[in-house]
Amino acid sequence: MLIQLNDITKVYDLGQEKVHALRGVDLSIGKNEYISIMGPSGSGKSTLMNIIGCLDVPTAGEYLLEGISVHTMSDNDLAAIRNQRIGFVFQTFNLLPRANALHNVELPLIYSGMSRKDRRERAEQALISVGLKDRMKHKPSELSGGQRQRVAIARALVNNPSIILADEPTGNLDSETGTEIMEVFTKLHSQGNTIILVTHEQHVMEFANRDVRILDGMISEDQLTANGKRVMQE
Amino acid sequence: MLQKILESGLIALEAIRAHKLRAILTTLGIVIGVVTVVGIISIIQGLNTGFVNQISNLGTDVLYIDRYPWIVTDGNEWFRIRRRPRIREQHYQYIKEYSLLADYVVPQIQGHSSVARGKHSLDRVTVIGTNEHGLRVGFGPQDLAEGRFLSPIDVNRNRMVAVIGHRIAETLFPAADPLGERVTVGSQRFLVIGVLEEQGNMLGNDMDSNVYMAHGAFARTFGNWRSYSIAVKLRDPEKMEDARIELTGLMRTARRLKPREENNFEINNQDMLMNFYNSITRGLWLTAIGIGGISLLVGGIGIMNIMMVSVTERTREIGIRKALGATRQTIMLQFLIESMMICLVGVLIGMGVAAGLAMGIDKFTPLPATISASWAVLGTGFVLVIGVLFGLWPASRAAKLNPIDALRYE
Repeated sequence: MLIQLNDITKVYDLGQEKVHALRGVDLSIGKNEYISIMGPSGSGKSTLMNIIGCLDVPTAGEYLLEGISVHTMSDNDLAAIRNQRIGFVFQTFNLLPRANALHNVELPLIYSGMSRKDRRERAEQALISVGLKDRMKHKPSELSGGQRQRVAIARALVNNPSIILADEPTGNLDSETGTEIMEVFTKLHSQGNTIILVTHEQHVMEFANRDVRILDGMISEDQLTANGKRVMQE
Repeated sequence: MLQKILESGLIALEAIRAHKLRAILTTLGIVIGVVTVVGIISIIQGLNTGFVNQISNLGTDVLYIDRYPWIVTDGNEWFRIRRRPRIREQHYQYIKEYSLLADYVVPQIQGHSSVARGKHSLDRVTVIGTNEHGLRVGFGPQDLAEGRFLSPIDVNRNRMVAVIGHRIAETLFPAADPLGERVTVGSQRFLVIGVLEEQGNMLGNDMDSNVYMAHGAFARTFGNWRSYSIAVKLRDPEKMEDARIELTGLMRTARRLKPREENNFEINNQDMLMNFYNSITRGLWLTAIGIGGISLLVGGIGIMNIMMVSVTERTREIGIRKALGATRQTIMLQFLIESMMICLVGVLIGMGVAAGLAMGIDKFTPLPATISASWAVLGTGFVLVIGVLFGLWPASRAAKLNPIDALRYE
């Protein structure tokens, strides 16, 4: 299993009250799965994604990433995992406003210590693969929403991560651009990437093969989507 | 690691470029500190090269017997010694006769007078009565451009001959050769036997307007009421203290002082001036350290403040970088380098201003001033250390940020 979550709990201590964001989540995700995590806001889906993405650590429970317990890892180990195993795509893109598209895509490669020349090459290829060949030198403010999200996707996949985590990737886009972005994810999936989407939109979920529903910090449903069933039959 | 530093440098440069004015204003404290320290140090160094060289001309192996000490800082002392009798020619002769430790003895007697030739004249030139060794002691010029200096015969027979400074020769003899010509000094006429090489200024004094003559000729021209200064060049510089004792004894004998009476003369030497000079420069050093330290402290706090602002402003950026794999150390490095670079901007501006000031001082005042490379490097290093020290807290705050909180920051 690529990802194995056993009885994961997350409690936020806000002083007077404790918020139980996750109350015992068990979830296994294999290689090259295309999974969507759905739920209303406040259900704990973002917390779950942060934990899977090693941005946060669970209060209790065990998280095995490629068989290694995340619990035992130091801050720097977690940084290395975020750098090399996980690619993030955020709802608000989270690009550096002063850097151009190319430099934004280069960032993870800088932190993995790649030479200037290699990383330029890799970043260019990643941008070409998301269809932004002509926009490399543009800053985020000079790009449309869809283009910004493509830059973010290029950045997520530039270091060849085993998992691409996308948190509401179409949330800030119109439906047409959203569909375009989802097609990029589908293409990445067909190339062998594991993709985990967090969304609350039905039509986004339909691109995935597996549909996990989360409610009040617990998994309420875990089933194949129409897409997934078709793939299974084939 | 090198690559990380380079990257952090580029990020920092970009951050500073985005807020140029802010960065420059922030460095003001550092600039003032650097200008003060570098300025004072360059003045001290200028003094060292100018003044100290001149003092060292006095020679470590020469003692000067004078009526008064060279340095009197205490008014009471001045009051006590003001009635000391003059040093006279007979004392010079006595020392010359009986001193065993002296190599040679040089009388010096000084006054101001006009010199003239025909319709050309100069007022208030320094006239020095001395003997054949006159150029070998004191601040005076050391070399002759032409002719010769006083000979023992000139001195013993009180011959009316003179050696004149470069500027006097230029003024009185614009077209002719002064050698063998006559000039009027005071009321007497002197034969010019030598011209001194050009010396330039020393601490604002024109060293090229001196006239040297035999001390007897000086007395004939200006009277003998002036006090002598007797320079005693030692055979062995190691025997400075012995010589001091010997000369004190000889002077007391010559003056017939009783055992209980205090010395009514002074034995001066270069050390006294050096000590006085050192006490002045010590004050300058303390001022430099004080003002420099305070302004660098204030500057450092300013930098810490602006770095806190920078960290807060870029919380989201820090979150993004952490999400993409930046470690705490990388973030820390990034902000430390930014803080050091702001300091570096301050140092460069400060050095520029200080260099300009030093050049101005050198050109428009009698004080020589120079900026040395070693001090510039040392100063830069010191300010960079300040950048690290005051950048440490903001940088560690940035490094400790939780990536999720940072990403959510609006």
